Amino acid sequence: MIEGAIWRKWVFFYLPLALFLIFLLFPFYWMVITTFRPDNELYIAWRRPNYAPFWTWNPTLDHIKYLFRETAFLTWLYNTMFIALCSTLISLFCGVLAGYALSRLSFPFAGGLGTMIFITYLVPQTLLFIPLSDIIRNYKLGDTPWSLILTYPTFLIPFCTWLMMGYFKAIPKELEECARIDGASRWKAMVYIIIPVAVPGILSAGIFAFTLSWNEFIYALVFLSSPQQKTVPVGVVSELIRGDVFFWGALMAGALLGSIPVAIAYSFFVEHYVSGLTGSVKG
Amino acid sequence: MANVSIQQVHKRYDDFHAVKGVSLEIKDKEFLVLVGPSGCGKTTTLRMVAGLESITEGKILIGNTVVNDLPPMDRDIAMVFQNYALYPHMTVFDNMAFGLKMRKFDKTEIKKRVDNAADILGIKDHLTRKPRQLSGGQRQRVALGRAIVRNPQVFLFDEPLSNLDAKLRVQMRVEIKKLHQRLATTSIYVTHDQIEAMTLGDRVVVMKDGLIQQVGEPLELYNNPANRYVAGFIGSPAMNFAAVTIKDAGGALMAENEAMRIRVPDALKARLAPHAGKPATLGIRPEDLRMANGQDPADLTFEAIVEVAEQLGSEVILDLTAGTSSMVASVEPTVRVRPQEKVRLAISPAGLRFFDATTELAI
Repeated sequence: MIEGAIWRKWVFFYLPLALFLIFLLFPFYWMVITTFRPDNELYIAWRRPNYAPFWTWNPTLDHIKYLFRETAFLTWLYNTMFIALCSTLISLFCGVLAGYALSRLSFPFAGGLGTMIFITYLVPQTLLFIPLSDIIRNYKLGDTPWSLILTYPTFLIPFCTWLMMGYFKAIPKELEECARIDGASRWKAMVYIIIPVAVPGILSAGIFAFTLSWNEFIYALVFLSSPQQKTVPVGVVSELIRGDVFFWGALMAGALLGSIPVAIAYSFFVEHYVSGLTGSVKG
Repeated sequence: MANVSIQQVHKRYDDFHAVKGVSLEIKDKEFLVLVGPSGCGKTTTLRMVAGLESITEGKILIGNTVVNDLPPMDRDIAMVFQNYALYPHMTVFDNMAFGLKMRKFDKTEIKKRVDNAADILGIKDHLTRKPRQLSGGQRQRVALGRAIVRNPQVFLFDEPLSNLDAKLRVQMRVEIKKLHQRLATTSIYVTHDQIEAMTLGDRVVVMKDGLIQQVGEPLELYNNPANRYVAGFIGSPAMNFAAVTIKDAGGALMAENEAMRIRVPDALKARLAPHAGKPATLGIRPEDLRMANGQDPADLTFEAIVEVAEQLGSEVILDLTAGTSSMVASVEPTVRVRPQEKVRLAISPAGLRFFDATTELAI
């Protein structure tokens, strides 16, 4: 915290903080305002008299209605939710077990294996989707939710594994040793002691994984084609931009409604999530 | 209850030989303390008994069973860790009950045992709390409680008091002693603190560099240290050492250096005689030094210069230099000296010890 005169606090703390907040939140504000702005206000010149670009006096729900009536937005929401939840659960399950093994069991090449898993995370999706689409076609999974549920873990598992590895390393190994002396097998010590203690870490890995798969675009764009199968990011973009016509109101309404579930997930777990990232376990 | 037998045990890591052939017989109901500086192999030895480290070579028996390949859960032991290792997500009750639950005791028996242990340790009011709501001393009590509810054959303590502040440490030390008197369970206790070792142990094992230096009752280690290392490790303030040469002066043996000329007491004469003319190390504890008065024979006194005088109330600790060696003396609290003052100190002849200059073994 900054010590000294009040003006110092304002200049060096509140002012930069406010600027930062405005910078971060403006896109959200713009999204909200565009959602509720009627079409006749949207497509006009900036310099017209009486034009208030940052506000509207005639809010409307037309864009939201359009979204629900004319597009399959609810189906997209459901698709996205289902795909994100399934791929998050698969990735968490694998990530927690792999993270535990890599951080706690000493086996040959454990260190190298950890690094290799991390390297797979570094391969860009924009390259990986090419071989993956071949695999998806061979297994005839194209245009089904499974094409995403099974491919998202390719980047989510390394991510969860690394996050959990760090978290498990921060848990004193005496806890587990004590449990094993107390009569627990390695498996039971993990289930009864280590995993409950690691819940904040698991939650933050879960939230991150959920957000990543919720927002994922490239795989969803490539592997899904029929409107009924699409996820929110792909559906909104592909159905509401027709040629060079942008349905800005509906686009922003879709983006707004699509970001609400993630925001709710974050706000529920924000405390766990912060303590999970800072990785502190106090005995 | 059981005895523990450690037979020629070695522990090698990739390029580090941590324990080099340790053999110990711990009798039933005995309280054995392993003491030594960090890295001496004491904790590794304890962890091998616990089953948390594999044994590279040698055998460990608990009761009459070789436990080398038994997992920790099947050794019927309990261990108390330095950082308490309480399960942070469980209440005190659940922490203490965990071992019993894992061993499928029925609920009433678990409750009875936990209540009983909580009673002994005075933590009955905290059973529903979580570890983070407890003070350091209370946490250590819970850790002790978790060990005693199972009524194991052997207790293992790994520096259990090191995380407590000085006052609490003394208090918990007494409690551990009382607990052992009450339960009489065979115990192995690891510490780097020689006072804990002296006060708690029925017998004390001094270790250094993976080797046992000496095993014995606390007073035996204090009075008859086997080598210079043990002599310096046991006792506080530590024993003083001075390099001397043993000289034969017409029937009497004298230990001499540039600052002192001490007559070897008759009791040690026979053993020191073969060392005549050779260098040796003279050892004398601070409590065996006092201010000389007129009656002390000259060959049991020496002159020294006071560097620092520390008044402790019950005694004064003098830091001195005698020739090239620095000395510490613990003298009566009435002594008043100033820094740089020249004083004459008298040696209690019974306190004199001699060590071989090269092997460092006691002569």
